[in-house]
Amino acid sequence: MGWYIGRRLLQMIPVFIGATLLIYAMVFLLPGDPIAALFGDKPVNPGVAAQLRAQYHLDQPFIVQYLLFLKGVFTLDLGNTFSGQPVIDVMGRAFPITIRLTVVAIIVEAVLGIVVGLLAGLRRGGWFDSLSLFVSLLVIAVPIFVIGFVARYVFAEKLGWIKASVGGDPTWSQLLIPGIVLGSVSFAYVLRLTRNSVAENRTADHVRTATAKGLRPGRVLTVHVLRNSLIPVVTFLGTDVGGLMAGAVVTEGIFNIPGVGGTLYQAIIRTEGATVVAFVTVLVIIYLVVNLLVDLLYAVLDPRIRYV
Amino acid sequence: MSDITVRPGQEHHVAPLEETPLKAVDAVDDSAPPSSQWGEAWRQLRRRPLFWVSVVLILMIVVVAAVPSLFTSTNPRFQTLADSLGAPRDGHPFGFTRLGEDVYARTIYGARASVVVGLLSTVIVTVVGGVVGAIAGYYGGIWDAVLSRIADIFFAVPLVLGAIVLITSLQSRTTLTVSLVLSLFAWPQMARIMRGSVLQTRGAEFVTAARALGLSRLQVLVRHVVPNALGPVIVIATISLGIFIAAEATLSYLGVGLPSSIVSWGGDISAAQTSLRSAPQVLFWPAGALSVTVLSFIMLGDVVRDALDPKARTR
Repeated sequence: MGWYIGRRLLQMIPVFIGATLLIYAMVFLLPGDPIAALFGDKPVNPGVAAQLRAQYHLDQPFIVQYLLFLKGVFTLDLGNTFSGQPVIDVMGRAFPITIRLTVVAIIVEAVLGIVVGLLAGLRRGGWFDSLSLFVSLLVIAVPIFVIGFVARYVFAEKLGWIKASVGGDPTWSQLLIPGIVLGSVSFAYVLRLTRNSVAENRTADHVRTATAKGLRPGRVLTVHVLRNSLIPVVTFLGTDVGGLMAGAVVTEGIFNIPGVGGTLYQAIIRTEGATVVAFVTVLVIIYLVVNLLVDLLYAVLDPRIRYV
Repeated sequence: MSDITVRPGQEHHVAPLEETPLKAVDAVDDSAPPSSQWGEAWRQLRRRPLFWVSVVLILMIVVVAAVPSLFTSTNPRFQTLADSLGAPRDGHPFGFTRLGEDVYARTIYGARASVVVGLLSTVIVTVVGGVVGAIAGYYGGIWDAVLSRIADIFFAVPLVLGAIVLITSLQSRTTLTVSLVLSLFAWPQMARIMRGSVLQTRGAEFVTAARALGLSRLQVLVRHVVPNALGPVIVIATISLGIFIAAEATLSYLGVGLPSSIVSWGGDISAAQTSLRSAPQVLFWPAGALSVTVLSFIMLGDVVRDALDPKARTR
């Protein structure tokens, strides 16, 4: 187990360096001068511009800039935004909100998706199965921003259950509806994955044996069918965490939640390279770590899988 | 029919010959041509109503995208401010946008951008991801290690996020550049599917047979492995066509997709959100058209998957 984790951590290094280099190159190698943009319509003062360039290391060659950034990642010194705040402080405000939103989304999609998928898979071809498949197709097909508008319109403006604009310090209950919207598409995928794999496992030999041994149907269902069916679902949930946090760009915009998505989007539009790169780097790290955890979880779900 | 020697004490244990499975095997008519994986899939597909529904929808959408002028003679860019957010009336069945453009004409003309981006991205992703995945899966070793790590790098960056970052730094935004940007972050998924599929096919007996007959490794890969590994790739390609259309709309919605000079559903939905309360039909039609388009491609992918998967086949 220890060896396996060590080997996986080593494999992460090239992926981490590659992904950050990719993002760094996209932000800093492409045309456009953020310093000139800072002056707006006013003429560029060469002295101030030079000083700013030096401050943000924009006068250094690309690879030096990248190495300085990597050093910053490990010393937690991610530089300042153009308005002078340390990027790490901006992150400290944005990430807790988005993490809460993502937790709501993951719980909703996992619980609902697995329960509905299980029921549909057990009666494959029945009316509940057809209905849930149709609903899942619909949820995937309707763009998330339309789902968001409609949810905001219905729950905030018609019913008045939530505030249309959530704002800076949201409670869990305020995040429920945005979380459901954020997790809706993934809910459809979880449902379909669970349904297919339950339908397949239901007729497997080990399930027939378990039934023949005289186990209670409830136990056969949870321990023998569901546990084996969860592997593809867990894989999907793992890769989805990063996607959800990034996908929050849209949901956070609609409900006015000042989380990672909103902050990142503003930073991209203002070409604030340091902030963009820092946020995306953290998202990449989260993605890599969650995937490692998912792989370790396989061994819990399927005793045949052993890591040495 | 008792020409089998029945030993004493075994009378009850030996089935009569006409009931043995061998008889059933002999009864199979092998004079008919063998049905291939694709022939069998097609026989399955023909019987599924969902298949025909999605095919008809997709054909309609493609025709609308190719020749929008067949369906409306109104200019989608023509603005009459007097009609701003106007209700539907004769000749303008869906009403007007905030700028007084005809919603019906814009919905019809918006199909092209979505379909072109969806098709272009899917073709690029399928070709690039397919080739990379096939090489990684078939040659293995160092090829697999290097190509899989490169795929991991692009896979670790979330699709829409990576696309926003790259596209804001681009000078020109056309359907081609938007497709290229989406493909750049989407090919690793296809490469993984193709690699897995090739790994499964690689060990089959017919592959060994082809090698034994003297075909080179490349010939075996191109003629025998790839055609037999394409099933899952085609399914994912069909589904991701829908996903790309939705992603393009998301980019346009965020204001970083296609410029407003190109009529697109995403851009129209984005513009309509300010008038959601007073004129919901302005949002409804482009959103509905987008959803139906995405739905038809995902549905097609779904039925094709069922048809290619022997375990899911309806008997």
